[in-house]
Amino acid sequence: MAEVSLRKVVKRYDEVEAVRGIDLDIADHEFVVLVGPSGCGKSTTLRMIAGLEDISDGDITIGGDIVNDVPPKDRDIAMVFQNYALYPHMTVAENMSFGLRLKHYPKAEIKSRVTEAARMLDITDLIDRKPKQLSGGQRQRVAMGRAIVRNPKVFLFDEPLSNLDAKLRVQMRIEIKKVHQKVRTTTVYVTHDQVEAMTLADRVVVMNHGRIEQIGAPNELYHKPATRFVASFIGSPAMNFMPCRLEDVDGRLHLRLTDRLAFPVPPARSARYQAVPRTERLLLGIRPEHIAEARPHLHPGVEPFEAVLDVTEPMGMETLVYFTLEDTPICGRVNPNAGAQDGAPLRLAVDLNNMHLLNEVTGVVL
Amino acid sequence: MADVALHPNRVPATKATRRRNGLHNALRRKSTVAFLMTLPLILLVAAFVIYPALYSLHLATLNKSMTKFIGLGNFEFLFKRDTFWLVVKQSCIFAISAVIFKALIGFIVAHFVHNVPANKQRRWRGMLLVPWVIPPAMSTLAWLWLFDPSYSAFNYTLSFFGIGPIPWTGDANWARFSVILVNVWYGAPFFMIMYLAALKSVPEQLYEAAAIDGANWWQRIWYVTLPMMRNIIAITTLFSLIVTFANFDIVRILTAGGPLDHTHIFATWAFRVGIEGSDIPLGASVSLFMVPILAVAAIFILRDISKRGNEA
Repeated sequence: MAEVSLRKVVKRYDEVEAVRGIDLDIADHEFVVLVGPSGCGKSTTLRMIAGLEDISDGDITIGGDIVNDVPPKDRDIAMVFQNYALYPHMTVAENMSFGLRLKHYPKAEIKSRVTEAARMLDITDLIDRKPKQLSGGQRQRVAMGRAIVRNPKVFLFDEPLSNLDAKLRVQMRIEIKKVHQKVRTTTVYVTHDQVEAMTLADRVVVMNHGRIEQIGAPNELYHKPATRFVASFIGSPAMNFMPCRLEDVDGRLHLRLTDRLAFPVPPARSARYQAVPRTERLLLGIRPEHIAEARPHLHPGVEPFEAVLDVTEPMGMETLVYFTLEDTPICGRVNPNAGAQDGAPLRLAVDLNNMHLLNEVTGVVL
Repeated sequence: MADVALHPNRVPATKATRRRNGLHNALRRKSTVAFLMTLPLILLVAAFVIYPALYSLHLATLNKSMTKFIGLGNFEFLFKRDTFWLVVKQSCIFAISAVIFKALIGFIVAHFVHNVPANKQRRWRGMLLVPWVIPPAMSTLAWLWLFDPSYSAFNYTLSFFGIGPIPWTGDANWARFSVILVNVWYGAPFFMIMYLAALKSVPEQLYEAAAIDGANWWQRIWYVTLPMMRNIIAITTLFSLIVTFANFDIVRILTAGGPLDHTHIFATWAFRVGIEGSDIPLGASVSLFMVPILAVAAIFILRDISKRGNEA
């Protein structure tokens, strides 16, 4: 087991820069998830750690040693691929033991490691089958087993759950987490699914256009996003953004959304935004769960308003409501018993204690 | 009648429409339509494959003047001839060694072409296929000139190194070598193109997984490429074995079976005996002898394929 670090890592393909200088330190035993939209450079970064892609610039170290020119087999890593990449002509046991057999481990040791990994992943009964005879979820377990038996310094996962159906994905997500709790190997996991990132990671690395947008614990990214990209990428349904500007009314800082709609900024937030020029074009970022039905006794910082709902989506434990504010679509989450109906007005309340204020041009959260 | 009761407006079907429905139903059965559509091909196969095969069986049982039924007499005669056993031996040496070299060279060249960047690959593929698309009768003539003992390019070039002159088609062993060489030259591109297609169908991630598992390039070929290509290799080898075994034109043009029958294979010897020697029943017997040999090879290879057919 080892720590992994990336120093100003760059990957260029002819004219395209896929990864544009990444700095990242992954601690021993840590589970780090790289997340971002397709084409953001997350898979390329993972493949550079694996040694499957050359790095154009910068340094990658595993366990303190620079591995820039070390071939994959000598990096002591194991990788789980999106399409599993199991050898179709080998049985499950042969697939799992392939790496050990190449390194001429003693037969007894290979057998005990395979048995142990199979038991951990609950695939003991499948050990003599060929990959063709397995379901997607079982193949995924075998691919993980192949990584575990090697007992490498680092696990690399490249979108391992993308080929599974929704239910199986949730199940395997939990399996992966359990395995990591048992073996505690440093793990780098790539996904485009922010739910996977949030649920699995010790730390999430959000990437966009070949750069790191933000690194942080899942809750930190959720509650304190650094940029508009992170704010909109993390969380489902996504955060609402409404154009707004600041103004002073009776000596108090107000947030003006439309000509008729303005809210006082909660005192706790006022100091932070005081220095922002009043003419600056801003965005109010607010998560759907902070737009709920108005209660009789509102807490300080929770401001009521009325909206005519366009569409409602009953989800069971909550109802999503959609309405527009000056052509900006907004989503809120209300109690299923709040009486939300398509086309009907509803009294809502926005919790400004959880607001984010962004610069509309730069996308930076203020 | 129940549905008539339920639909009072419907008139019961007349006999004629019922018959039409019968035809309609027969046509709607997929197997019937499929059979009808393949019928022309089945007839063609019957006319051009099954009939000649049965006819040659019949021919092989006649005497030289084709007037009398002599049963297995032709085969008894063949078994006693040393030349026949020479031809059997030469056919096997020719087919097996040529196929091995074609497969080996095709495999190596396919790897090289596979690693050529995609935009240049078409050009290389096209150029490397040239030997295979030239009619072998014509290209063999060119080889014949190259092999000419006194004036050929080969011996001329070798003379600079103090080698030769080599009797390319004059000495028994050199003649066998030359015949095999030309056949390999002609057939290797077919293997190359088949193996190239097979190589392209191996998922890249298997190689990546193997690289991470610690396999070097040779182990990647041995544990990933070859197992993934096994069916293609088997089918290509079987196909080529049949074609090479039955080869006629290259041997006929290059050596005509000489010197002293030492390069004859089944087809050329059947031609020599049957057409040139005017003993058509004996020629038919010679060529019929290929059937059991090839059938055994086909059974072995195809059984191996169907055994692993569902694996990948």
